[in-house]
Amino acid sequence: MTAIGIEAIDIGKHFGSFHALSGVSMKVAPGSVHGLLGENGAGKSTLVKCLLGYYKADTGSFLVDDREATIERPADADALGLGMVYQHFTLVPSMTVAENLVMSRRDVPAAIDWRAEKAALGEFMRGMPFKVPLDAEVGTLAAGERQKTEIVKQLYLQRRFLVLDEPTSVLTPQEATEMLGLVRDLAHSGQLTIVIITHKLKEVAAFVDEVTVLRRGRFAGAGLVKDLGAADLTAMMIGEPHAPANPERLGEPAAEIRLAVRDLRTAADGGRKGLSIAALDVKAGEIVGIAGVSGNGQKDLVEVLGGQRPIEAGEVLVDGTQYDASRAQSQARHVRVLPEEPLRNGCVPPMTVVDNLNLRAFDTANSRLWLDRSAMAARAASMIAAYGIRAPSPIVPIGVLSGGNVQRCVLAREFDGDVRLLVLANPCFGLDVKAVAETRARIMAARNQGTAVLLISEDLDEILELSDRVAVMHDGEIVHQMPAAGADPQEIGRHMLGHH
Amino acid sequence: MIDTVALAMLGGSLRVSTPFLFVSLGECLTEKAGRINLGNEGVLVLGAMVAYATSYETGNPWAGIAAAAIAGLLLGGLHGAICSLTRVNDVAMGIALMLAGTGTAFFFGKPYVQPSAPLLPGIPLGFWSDSPQLRNALNVCPLFFLGLLAAFVMHWGFRSTRMGLRIRIVGDSQDAALALGLPINRTRLFATAAGSALAGIGGAFLSLYYPGSWNEGLSSGQGLMAVALVVFARWNPINCIYASLLFGAAGALGPSLQTVGVTWGYYLFYAAPYVVTLTVLILTARGGTALRGMPGQLSIGR
Repeated sequence: MTAIGIEAIDIGKHFGSFHALSGVSMKVAPGSVHGLLGENGAGKSTLVKCLLGYYKADTGSFLVDDREATIERPADADALGLGMVYQHFTLVPSMTVAENLVMSRRDVPAAIDWRAEKAALGEFMRGMPFKVPLDAEVGTLAAGERQKTEIVKQLYLQRRFLVLDEPTSVLTPQEATEMLGLVRDLAHSGQLTIVIITHKLKEVAAFVDEVTVLRRGRFAGAGLVKDLGAADLTAMMIGEPHAPANPERLGEPAAEIRLAVRDLRTAADGGRKGLSIAALDVKAGEIVGIAGVSGNGQKDLVEVLGGQRPIEAGEVLVDGTQYDASRAQSQARHVRVLPEEPLRNGCVPPMTVVDNLNLRAFDTANSRLWLDRSAMAARAASMIAAYGIRAPSPIVPIGVLSGGNVQRCVLAREFDGDVRLLVLANPCFGLDVKAVAETRARIMAARNQGTAVLLISEDLDEILELSDRVAVMHDGEIVHQMPAAGADPQEIGRHMLGHH
Repeated sequence: MIDTVALAMLGGSLRVSTPFLFVSLGECLTEKAGRINLGNEGVLVLGAMVAYATSYETGNPWAGIAAAAIAGLLLGGLHGAICSLTRVNDVAMGIALMLAGTGTAFFFGKPYVQPSAPLLPGIPLGFWSDSPQLRNALNVCPLFFLGLLAAFVMHWGFRSTRMGLRIRIVGDSQDAALALGLPINRTRLFATAAGSALAGIGGAFLSLYYPGSWNEGLSSGQGLMAVALVVFARWNPINCIYASLLFGAAGALGPSLQTVGVTWGYYLFYAAPYVVTLTVLILTARGGTALRGMPGQLSIGR
């Protein structure tokens, strides 16, 4: 197997009146690791989907090993040896690694001789730089192992050009470093060419040879990573010379404990253990970050605090008294929650943007029997302006908005008014660099004014930047707590994996 | 007396379990592909009627079984085809199909309530014994063995054939199926039609072996109980055998006690299979937790 080089020339693609790509070019040298950078919606996915035959480009052409290639269907890309590892894994969780590998082939025989297949797979695995257990069910593998299985699958299919879409978003720092290192070695040995779609500049600096940057569907720059600094890359991505500054942390957390979780347990769910948290405190004016590999109970904790999940034992105290997350109590104690998947967990999709922005307070705004629609509209209008929510109109159903705009709506609603305890799950998910900076500034401002913030995030950098204290979750338990200042990401990563 | 009851229950269990076995295997096949077919109750009744009518007209009970399988194939195919359309709910569609199937069977089955059709012969596995009870209990329908064979073939097929693995992928992860370029709707159509063909054979057993006649009260909800049975069997064809035998034994409890002259609590014992169904559903549905082994794309689980 030898790596192949790809060149995209002047690619354009539109969906209706929306130009997702216009005149984008990218040159990927064989045997290199190429970074494809850009903010959400910059057109990265569209470009690679054109390359892999999922979309047909309107204009432009692709060269594969300097020869023009017609790629109209995924099968065409397959035949050329081009493959992709998706952000959301496409392995079947209830099947074993061996079954997944064999079924990914095009020429599966009608009846499968497992003894012969296993022998062949064992032989193939011996030549692999990393091992995955063939007989394990994919659903039981850790995220890092699954990612490796995806890559092994692509190699099994004899791919010589591989796109990795945000490959480290579900990995611990160790897993990410290991995986990217292995992938880089594969590329530099000349077996494979790699394109990594990412927005993590640290990974770019450490593992990528060359980058192409897109901004709003256009080419924004390219070059060798060794010639470019993080500032240059950020400038290309957001089109402004400077990245927004980090928000300032003012004062120390108060002594007053606002949220206290004691011996909390929830029932097991879907083969996973429930929560088992001995003690977790958040003080007034403090941000406590919860780090952990996703699926280790973070979602359950948010659901408990948001009233979506019953507790089996233990207690949740807000301001020293029992808190049951009912509507009356959340209003009385000023507790707000930004859940995961906010459209599903924090909105009523068919109701309008105005209605959804008023969900927290519509029933307390006045004491009449009917709602004050004009006050609701005015309140919504001020939130839409303050948070830059892009909606065709305030009275469209919130379900039609993009993910980033739904996130803005829920943020606007949950930050509104007097907030004493704020629970945030991945608050910057799906936002662009500027909105991320604004949101982080708002979180910090709330903290500085004395709000207690529990920040649950898959982005370890975000946790380290914002938190006063970090707690690590593994398998439903808080396994480690430490001050955020001077915390070592490698150590946090070890705890995330359950190695203490 | 205990011996007699046990013997009667053994025989009853082998008899009563067969329709459960076929319908649950059919339902298992359909659900593995990520779709639920509540219409198998209707398929069962239609299969019973078609089998009886065909056997009467041709004089050959095996032709009746083939006809019942084809009727199931068509009705299941209809379910599969309609559910392939976007925004069709398979649960609602299944209920409609159940009513359509039983309705059709009653309509065309009226003339066959009176005449008696040739029935399937039993295999006398108790020939070595002098005891008439034992011989009676071990007189087993060939369809029972066909059902066992079907279960083992399905078990092997889900692991070692291209089609079986495709069905599992389609049923478990639509994303993966799309990424592999598998024909999702076609696979589900196949699984639904083939599953209903099995359910149709289960119906043929009712009219051509035990009880061995055609009337409108023939099925007592076996087609619906099979859905609970598949949950109990954790979507595993081999477990379907055990589950069917258990349900069969529960179903045989009432008649067995009657043979030894227990008249007390008669209706209560007849209700045993339903009690088992309820218990199974309650025990497996506890705590709102997702079931292990459940295909990920089932609409009732999403």
